[in-house]
Amino acid sequence: MTATSLTSTQGAGRAGDKVFSGAALAAGCLILAVLFGVALFLVVQAIPALTAPADEIQGGAGFFTYIGPIVVGTLIAAVIALVIATPIAIGVALFISHFAPRGLAAGLGYVVDLLAAIPSVVYGAWGAAFLAKEISPIYNWLADNMGWLPIFQGPASATGKTILTAGIVLSVMVLPIITSLSREIFLQTPKLHEEAALALGATRWEMIRMSVLPFARPGIISAIMLGLGRALGETMAVALVLSSGALTASLIQSGNQTIAAEIALNFPEASGLKVSTLIAAGLVLFVITLAVNMLARWIISRHKEFSGAN
Amino acid sequence: MSKRIDVKDLNVYYGDFLAVEDVTINIEAKSVTAFIGPSGCGKSTFLRTLNRMHEVLPGARVEGEVLLDGDNLYGPGVDPVTVRSQIGMVFQRPNPFPTMSIRDNVLAGVKLNNKKISKGEADVLVERSLQGANLWNEVKDRLEKPGSGLSGGQQQRLCIARAIAVEPQVILMDEPCSALDPISTLAIEDLINELKDQYTVVIVTHNMQQAARVSDKTAFFNIAGTGKPGKLIEFGETQGIFSNPTQKATEDYVSGRFG
Repeated sequence: MTATSLTSTQGAGRAGDKVFSGAALAAGCLILAVLFGVALFLVVQAIPALTAPADEIQGGAGFFTYIGPIVVGTLIAAVIALVIATPIAIGVALFISHFAPRGLAAGLGYVVDLLAAIPSVVYGAWGAAFLAKEISPIYNWLADNMGWLPIFQGPASATGKTILTAGIVLSVMVLPIITSLSREIFLQTPKLHEEAALALGATRWEMIRMSVLPFARPGIISAIMLGLGRALGETMAVALVLSSGALTASLIQSGNQTIAAEIALNFPEASGLKVSTLIAAGLVLFVITLAVNMLARWIISRHKEFSGAN
Repeated sequence: MSKRIDVKDLNVYYGDFLAVEDVTINIEAKSVTAFIGPSGCGKSTFLRTLNRMHEVLPGARVEGEVLLDGDNLYGPGVDPVTVRSQIGMVFQRPNPFPTMSIRDNVLAGVKLNNKKISKGEADVLVERSLQGANLWNEVKDRLEKPGSGLSGGQQQRLCIARAIAVEPQVILMDEPCSALDPISTLAIEDLINELKDQYTVVIVTHNMQQAARVSDKTAFFNIAGTGKPGKLIEFGETQGIFSNPTQKATEDYVSGRFG
């Protein structure tokens, strides 16, 4: 073997290597460029609203007085959605992955995935035309019996088009995301760990608590965060379901608004500073989503030592 | 604290496939019994029927009786969960719970069977179990660290500590040293010798020297061909199986003239 035969590069394999690494690098750069471009657009367009005199902004009290209530409204709707969807999604995912007979599991998984294929405007129409009407007696009951809680303070909305209804519709929409991601993670639990628990005399539920859930924890958090991303940004369903208004603590009165719905409802007729204000609202939503994702990553990394990756 | 196992006419199935046929074997209390045989002969499958871990796989079932001091493990109304808490198992690859500390790993089974345990009792139990698995001196300063940070041999001894912490009647070991280096293997073999003072130990191994070193009795399993069920060919004192087997197949296998 001579030195030249070691140094010479030849063949299609090496060229393929270069093409592949070039393509991967380009794809990576493209995503950064797009993200940067969007962020830059949002900031540049938002500056007029952020620097304008307070009385020129809608409401007449400055941008942050305008955006504050809708940020809170957005968070309320998203939190309601997650509080309802997360336990159901994890339960359904566990049922599919560990309890259901194989035939039923496949069918059920398919149905859950179908939920994700329904367009959001359909959810919005369903929420506005059906759910809101059907649920308003329950709101009346809540107002009568649990009205001492600020969140259930009466009088309940007669139409049922409240932030709670919007949250419930959102929870149905994020359910398939959290369910299918959690199910995939649950199925990946090493058999070795499941058998370790069973061999110690664990029941099925104890086995799930000892081996499946700890293994799946980072994955569940990621799934919830993806669901939260959808809930925060969902526009059409909220715009149709929610009869918006000023920020109120009661979840069963009309009122409150979310950023995405606020932008969608006002953008078509906006001009000048109003457009800038709405884009600034979009920037705020962008920052919230970013913060939520960073928080999620931090939570996951805090337990890296015990993740089983070492 | 140890019981004998008597198996009568046991057939083991995966769905319709008969994996192990008609095994009858008597395993003495406080002894080490080794199962040897070529790959695929059903010795691990058979071992897993002794604590009802076989049926964890879909479609897996058995016919026949496994008696633990006279009580049939497959009798009506017997709870497999109770069976498994009495008959511990150590697996081929070390499998400590990765999200638990060393201490919590040892206590994992105890917390299942006896929910409430005071911190003092737990400390005593952790030390006793880790001492019993010859691991205490290596880990006593880092009990709160994750079990997955230990070496392979240490992890396997942690799994043994976890198994003996629940004070089982029997300990089953499925090729416990096959993923370990020779030094760790030696440590586990020494440990098996100590364990038989208190427990009934059944070990599956591919390593015939290991079977000869650690066991009192040896069972040789063989398979007639692919798709045929595995069978128990010969069972007797380890000394006899290795030096003076009665069956031709056993002699061929233990002397290396296989096939």
